[in-house]
Amino acid sequence: MDLKIPDLCLVVLIGASGSGKSTFARKHFLPTQVLSSDYFRGLVADDENDQSASAAAFDVLHYVASKRLEAGRVTVIDATNVQAPDRAKLIEVAKRANVLPVAIVLDTPTEVCLQRNAQRPDRDFGAHVVKRHRAALRRSLKFLGKEGFKRVHVLRSESDVDSSTIVYERLLNDLRHETGPFDVFGDVHGCRAELEELLVELGYLLVRDDEGRAIDAVPPADRKAVFVGDLVDRGPDTPGVLRLVMGMVAAGHALSVRGNHEEKLVRALRGHKVTVRHGLEKSLEQLTHETPEFRREVEKFCDGLIAHYVLDGGNLVVAHAGLPERYHGRASAKVRSFALYGDTTGETDAHGLPVRLPWANDYRGSAMVLYGHVLVPEAEWINNTMCLETGVVFGGKLTALRYPSREIVSVKAHQVWYENDRPFPPPVAERAPDVLALTDVTGLRRIDTSLIGAVTIRAEQSASALEVMSRFAIDPHDLLYLPPTMAPTATSQRDDVLEHPEDAFAEYAAAGVTQVICEEKHMGSRAVLLVRKEGGAIYTRTGRAFFDGALGTELLDRVRSACSGLFDEFSTDWLLLDAELMPWNAKASGLIREQYAAVGAAAGGALPVAVSALESAAARGVDVSELLARTTQRASNAEAYRAAYERYCWPVEGLDGVRIAPFQLLAAEGRTFHDRSHLWHLETLSRLEGPLFQQTRHLVVDTADPAAGVRWWEELTAAGGEGMVVKPLANLGGRVQPGVKVRGREYLRIIYGPDYTTPSNLARLRKRGLGRKRGLALREYALGIEALERVARGEPLWRVHECVFGVLALESEPVDPRL
Amino acid sequence: MTTTHQPATDLGHLLHKHPDRAQSFSTSSGVAHVFYPKATNEECTVALLLEVDPIALVRGPGSTLTQYVNDRPYAAGSLLTVALGSVFRTAMNGRSESFPELARTPIPLVVRVPALPHRLAERLFTPLGWTVEVTEHGDSRYGDVTLTGTLKVSDALKHLYVLLPVLDGGKHYWVAADEVDKLLKAGDGWLAAHPDKELITTRYLARKRPLITSALERLADVDEVEPEELDNALAEPKISLAAQRKEAVIKALKEARAKRVLDLGCGGGALLRELVKEPEFTEIHGVDVSAKALQEAARKLHLDRMSDRLRERITLRQSALTYADPELAGYDAAVLMEVVEHVDPSRLPALEHSVFVVARPAVVLVTTPNVEYNALFETLPEGQMRHSDHRFEWTRAEFAAWAEGVAERRGYTVRHVPIGPEDTERGAPTQMAVFSLGDEN
Repeated sequence: MDLKIPDLCLVVLIGASGSGKSTFARKHFLPTQVLSSDYFRGLVADDENDQSASAAAFDVLHYVASKRLEAGRVTVIDATNVQAPDRAKLIEVAKRANVLPVAIVLDTPTEVCLQRNAQRPDRDFGAHVVKRHRAALRRSLKFLGKEGFKRVHVLRSESDVDSSTIVYERLLNDLRHETGPFDVFGDVHGCRAELEELLVELGYLLVRDDEGRAIDAVPPADRKAVFVGDLVDRGPDTPGVLRLVMGMVAAGHALSVRGNHEEKLVRALRGHKVTVRHGLEKSLEQLTHETPEFRREVEKFCDGLIAHYVLDGGNLVVAHAGLPERYHGRASAKVRSFALYGDTTGETDAHGLPVRLPWANDYRGSAMVLYGHVLVPEAEWINNTMCLETGVVFGGKLTALRYPSREIVSVKAHQVWYENDRPFPPPVAERAPDVLALTDVTGLRRIDTSLIGAVTIRAEQSASALEVMSRFAIDPHDLLYLPPTMAPTATSQRDDVLEHPEDAFAEYAAAGVTQVICEEKHMGSRAVLLVRKEGGAIYTRTGRAFFDGALGTELLDRVRSACSGLFDEFSTDWLLLDAELMPWNAKASGLIREQYAAVGAAAGGALPVAVSALESAAARGVDVSELLARTTQRASNAEAYRAAYERYCWPVEGLDGVRIAPFQLLAAEGRTFHDRSHLWHLETLSRLEGPLFQQTRHLVVDTADPAAGVRWWEELTAAGGEGMVVKPLANLGGRVQPGVKVRGREYLRIIYGPDYTTPSNLARLRKRGLGRKRGLALREYALGIEALERVARGEPLWRVHECVFGVLALESEPVDPRL
Repeated sequence: MTTTHQPATDLGHLLHKHPDRAQSFSTSSGVAHVFYPKATNEECTVALLLEVDPIALVRGPGSTLTQYVNDRPYAAGSLLTVALGSVFRTAMNGRSESFPELARTPIPLVVRVPALPHRLAERLFTPLGWTVEVTEHGDSRYGDVTLTGTLKVSDALKHLYVLLPVLDGGKHYWVAADEVDKLLKAGDGWLAAHPDKELITTRYLARKRPLITSALERLADVDEVEPEELDNALAEPKISLAAQRKEAVIKALKEARAKRVLDLGCGGGALLRELVKEPEFTEIHGVDVSAKALQEAARKLHLDRMSDRLRERITLRQSALTYADPELAGYDAAVLMEVVEHVDPSRLPALEHSVFVVARPAVVLVTTPNVEYNALFETLPEGQMRHSDHRFEWTRAEFAAWAEGVAERRGYTVRHVPIGPEDTERGAPTQMAVFSLGDEN
């Protein structure tokens, strides 16, 4: 015999000791699906038959069952379960996870049970126990349905047990095999004319009966209509809407979920006592003009509507009042109630309507959720959800969303059909747009990236980033990207330098990259520029604003006016640029004074005095020649060091002296550019004109013949340049390092100290480990690109912020800061 | 160090270093070289040059610095005094077998330190009988300092040994308890009478409070005075404002009959320690964005040895007020004591949402400085905020405007309570807003 059970359910086996439950479970289910009370007794007490451990054992069993059910896994309880209170606990576990409980009873005759137990030495508890189980089971049988089991299968004989097979059935809300494309309609509320107009607009062919009434609409090219419910009430022609939609559903042209108005209409039509208001009076009145047969059909149709549907492989969920992710595809009274009424608090507002919580603000699911029920002036995305109730019956409009293209189509109401209880259109709500939750960023995280797959962020990395992000970073709405760290080239084995371009070229050549671009490295501070037509931000590598107040606004204004051509070219309202902002002291003046200048001053004070004292001693004939030579060398190193850092500092007064060198166009509305060649980026950005902008000198080098590149670097650094960055010309990313830096010999004095060029010092400094830095550079780059792609796809802010936060979290990793 | 006491070359005897030879000594802070640029009957100069290995400072075993770019190899600080103490230990103790008389005699001395943080040099050396002359090295804290005076060589060395690191203000090594002994030994005979002995002690011991107290107690013992008399320099200048703030907050919480209380931005747990003493607060939830602050709070509350009953009243958790945190919902009251001024104005709407929409307790207490009162703080330069991390400080009108906006938007009523001594024109130093959910009246 076939035992039909839902494909997600809690299976409760019921049977006396020795009835064959474990054997049955073994035959039909995976070992991991079966939770046996014996096993859990063993877990907590080292003895599967220790009845004194039962309470603790069931505690753990219920806990494990909850976790499995929450995760959407079929779970089987192998225990006698002959007592109602024991079953009640299991039903509660199922309900809390919004999963249906089903019972399979092994009504095995007493003699058979006794016989089996007799063969097992560990079950020496006598016949009275089995008899007691059997009696309790017989008493329970007819109440199992009432207790809450959605299905009850009773296997009365051994042959029943042997011949049975489990057959899984999908839940009524599970339409994952329906893949669309769909047109999802908001609340119609009896507005037949507008519905017909919108259907035609979307390419549906209306089918009319002899009296000219629309009874079906044939969708274009395999599309299907989906209604979010509330077809009825308030409007001028509820019967007309129902006739049309019922025809479409019957013909397989449409699906509809149930709205709270259908729920109430069914009750009214069945003669239940309901308060007739909120437009129900209109429907009831209009239906009196219809035939009793039509009214019966309406009752049957509305009663058969399901509270929510999961469509397109789980990518789309339609529910009248919306649905949080944990309820998708689940079945319980709680899930149904949420789908019909939303997240109500039990309170009512000044208009007597229930107060609802904004569940969509917290929504983090990957499935798109489309719903109605809550009046909105415009259909807008909130975290991958959209409300389509734009109030056609109140004189607003009827809205449909085309899935998966996300195109919104609406038609205006022909008139105000019903006066609203609340003002319409609703005031533009003070909806906190895209509220970020703590749980979006904390704890252990795995972020999927298109470039390198999942990137793991450890909990302690998130914890340190939380403080920085929360205390110092700008508003996350403007913080769409953080630049990745960049590794230096492999340490040179030449005896006079630490970094040399030949290693960078060799590295890329070995990775099969034939062309690289060398870009001059500007010695300033990394800056990300979000230039919006109104507003925006200029921020640092850690998300801090560069300049406060008026100065920041002024700088942004200057950049914005230079960007007007690019705005047009990319038909965008905003641009995101990666750049270097100079001079170094514009942002780092504190650091320079406290650390870099202090070294210069102390060395400049001490070393010349030491040299002259040594010279005096030498003049007296004291042998200090070696010490004098070393000290003289140190004095000249200190001078070189001073010259090195002073080169990157110049006076800044207000914005005078500030320069920006943009080198990559990161993103614009709806697109990213990270797959374009670096020459394209430099060429595009060279169109930013004015004294504020500095061009980035560059050279394309063939990695098979890198001599020109080496020469270029030598010239650049000999003239005081910081060095260069070498990147694959084609902007490959992911597979190889997106770029490596090759810093100049003099420049590195301000990193490794004035005396780092002394051979003995160089030898020690060469033992630097680059692996960690390079790993971070790859992961941060992938996260940054992922953030940009999510921005371009118009994903919710939390999805973007997750990546940006991830970059900051990885940066908290302790890595040698000199790399 | 130069002397003109004749015969000047006797300096070599006092220092146990021959004037015609250059000598090198390996010390824990580097190689110390001693040589004489001048050695005549009329004038003799000894030079101490310390060569520090800059790479070993960062990567060597027991390294204490994180930056290769570092002024330590050039500046006269604790590295130099370690070398000084090691190379001239006998001379510093005032012992000289060959010239005991000279060792006990003050002689004319000139000491030149070419790279020394000089801000306190005159203040600290003058009371010891030195004339101080400074040539500054540009826009930096360093100067070329020359000390002139007639002193015993041993005293001169002791002064340098203690005061060079004091002027520098940082130690290159971890300050351990035996530093107290080193300080007292080198300070013997002069430190107890120095008018700035607290300052010297504090800075020499790198601001380690328990060590400072111990050193001051022992100095007091020498002088036969109470340690408190010496300790007044270390006392909190505004003793009671913090206490008054906590008192006012607890009073307001009790008035609101709050049992389950959130301390949002609890920091090191100053308020938590008071809350825990009041049994009517049955649940106390401290939240801070800094994991380090929470560790500090846990330590100061002695969470690890608290009784179970006390312990279960307290929760400490990391959270940020710029993110919505549903765990904060369902409490009777929330306190934001001196928190909002640490949040950028552009992030205040996010804080407002977290506190007044997501957490939404019946009562919210917000305290913040009243900037009008700042003029009355003598030590606070005009226009400067009370804390370097303050993003703003509000006037009473500005605070009221913000508070009323929040109350209006979020369905709270608000009243204002001054905390601390009230000035007729400028109000109280701290202002508190008490928000209550719904209509109170």
